[in-house]
Amino acid sequence: MMIPTQVFLQPSIDWFVISPFTILLGAGVVSLLIETFAKRSMRRPLQLLLVFTSLVASLAMTAMLFGTQTLTAGEAVAIDGPGIALQAIIALVAIIGAAGLAENKVDPSGDAFAARASAIPGSSDERAFTQAGWYSTEIWTLFLFAVGGMQLFVVANDLLTMFIALEVMSLPLYLMAGMARRRRLLSQEAALKYFVLGAYSSAFFLFGAALVYGATGGINFDDIAFAIPTRPQMSTLLVTGVVLILVGMLFKVGSAPFHQWTPDVYQGAPTTLTAFMAAGVKVAAFGAMMRLVYSAFGSLIWDWRPILWAVTLITMFVGVFVALVQSDIKRMLAYSSIAHAGFIMVGLISGTNAGIISILFYLTAYAFTTLGIFLLVSLIRDASGEASGIESWRGLASKSPITALSITFLMLALAGFPLTSGFIAKFSIFASAIQAEQTPLVLLAILASAIAVVFYLRIVVLMYFRRSESDEVAVAIPSNFTIIALVVSILMTLILGVYPQPLFDLLAQSPLFIR
Amino acid sequence: MDVTNYVILSSILFSIGAVGVLVRRNAIVMFMSIELMLNAANLAFVAFARANGNFDGQVVAFFVMVVAAAEVVIGLAIIMAIFRTRKTASIDEASLLRA
Repeated sequence: MMIPTQVFLQPSIDWFVISPFTILLGAGVVSLLIETFAKRSMRRPLQLLLVFTSLVASLAMTAMLFGTQTLTAGEAVAIDGPGIALQAIIALVAIIGAAGLAENKVDPSGDAFAARASAIPGSSDERAFTQAGWYSTEIWTLFLFAVGGMQLFVVANDLLTMFIALEVMSLPLYLMAGMARRRRLLSQEAALKYFVLGAYSSAFFLFGAALVYGATGGINFDDIAFAIPTRPQMSTLLVTGVVLILVGMLFKVGSAPFHQWTPDVYQGAPTTLTAFMAAGVKVAAFGAMMRLVYSAFGSLIWDWRPILWAVTLITMFVGVFVALVQSDIKRMLAYSSIAHAGFIMVGLISGTNAGIISILFYLTAYAFTTLGIFLLVSLIRDASGEASGIESWRGLASKSPITALSITFLMLALAGFPLTSGFIAKFSIFASAIQAEQTPLVLLAILASAIAVVFYLRIVVLMYFRRSESDEVAVAIPSNFTIIALVVSILMTLILGVYPQPLFDLLAQSPLFIR
Repeated sequence: MDVTNYVILSSILFSIGAVGVLVRRNAIVMFMSIELMLNAANLAFVAFARANGNFDGQVVAFFVMVVAAAEVVIGLAIIMAIFRTRKTASIDEASLLRA
C-alpha cells in the first residue's frame, strides 16, 4: 500500500489556554539557567522565588481559564472542565509541596536533599560539601519539570502527548527520590527500584499504545473513539492494547498487583518529596486515567470494567491488610495510599458524571491530607534523622500535644471519619458507584475502609496511651515554610469535611471530558 | 511484504525485553531489556503506520527515541551513583528496603 502524500497543515496553538503548564516548563528552563549562571549563595533564594512565582502564575491561569472548553495544538491538548480542575489541584499541591521541600530548619545541616548527590555516601567529599552548607538546588529544576509534566498529563488528548507527559512527570521524580541527605543508601536504592519499575511500566504503556494505534489507525483520542465501533475485526488487538496501556497507568497510581514500588519508594525517598509525590502523582495519574478510559475508550466500558473491577478489589484489600502489619510509618502510609487508590477506582468504575465529580473531590481531599501527614512525619526525628519506626512514636502526645493532635486529625481523615474531608470524599464516591449499580463493590469497599480504621487508630493509640521509653525522639521545630504548608493542608481537610458544597458546585459546572 | 510479520517480530522483541527485566539481575542488563521493549514498540508503530497509511506512527517513533535517550541519562546516573557506593550493579544487593 502506498502512503498517500499529505499536505502539511501547521497546527494552530492557542498559547493562552496551554499557559498553566507552559509557564511551569518555561520556568524549569529558567531554573536551569539559574543553576548554570547564578552564584552558589544566590541559587536557593532565586530558585524559591522562581518556583513560587511560576506556581502561583500557573494557578492563576487555571482560575482564568475556568469554564474553557477547547482543543488546541493540533488536538493534542484538550482543555476542559476536569482538565482545568486537575491542573488547579496539581498547582495547589505543588505550592504546598514546594513549601515542604524548601524546609531547611528541621535538619541541622540543611534541607532534606544531599549537599551534593554525586558525592559517595560516607566519603570525605560528602562531609566537606555538607560542612560547606551546600544545597542541591537542582531539585527545583527537576521539581518544575515534574509539575509541568503532571499538568500536561491531565490534559493530554493523544497517546503520544500522554506518553511524553508521563515521562516528563516521572523522570525528575526518579532522580529526586535518590537525593536524600540522610540514609542515602536507602534513598539511592529507592530511586533504582522506582526507575526500573517505572521505565518497565511505561514500556508497557507504549507497546499498548502501538497496538491501539494499529487497531484504530490513530493516536488521537477522538480518532480512536470514532474508529472503535467501525473496526470490529480489530477488537482482539484493541483490547490487548487497552490492557497494556492500563497496566502502565495502574502502575503510576499504585494499584495492586502493580504496587510493589510504592512502599519502597515512599520509605526511601526524602519524606518531604514523598509528600509531594504521593499527592501529585496520584492526582495526575488518576486524572489522565479518567480521560483515557472515558474519552478514548468510553465505548469499551464493557471490556475494561471487569478488569478494573478485579484490580480495584485486589488493590483495596492488599492495601489494608498489608498496612496492618507494617512497622514503619512511611511504609504503612504507602499501603494506605494503595488502599486509597482502590477507593478512587471504585469511582472510576461507575463511569458516570457523578463518578467524575466525586473522583475529583476525592483527589483534592486526599492530596491535602497526604501532604499534611507526610510533612508531619518529617518533623519527628532522633539523632540519626527521621524516626519513622512506628514504635518510636510512643508517647508523642506528651512531647508535643499539637503535633499529636494534627496527626490524629489527619489519620481520622484518611480513615474517613465524619467532619473530615475523607468522609465526604468516600461518601460521594460510594454514592456515585451505588447509583451506577455497583453495590457489591461498594459493600466490599466499605468493609475495606472499616479494616483500615484499625491501623490508623493504632498510631493514635500509640501516641496517646503508651509511654515513651526514650527521650531521643523529639519533634523538630520547622521553619515558616512547613508551618504554612501544614496549616493549609489541615484547614483544607477540615473545610472540605465541614462545608464541601462550594467545591462540589464548582466541579459540577463542567464535568465533561471533550476530545 | 505483509505488515503482520513486522508486528509479530516486534511482539517477540517486546516479550524478550519483558522477560529479560524479570530474569536478569544486573541493573545495566535490565535497563538494556527495557530499551529493547521501547524499540519493539517503535517497530510496531512504524509497521502500523505503513498499514494504516498515515504518518502518526512514524512521528511517535521519533519522540520515543528522544524519550529513550532521556531515560538512558537518568537511568545511568542512578545506576552509576549506586555502583560508586556499593561497587556492584546487581539488583539483589540493593535490598535494604524491607518491611
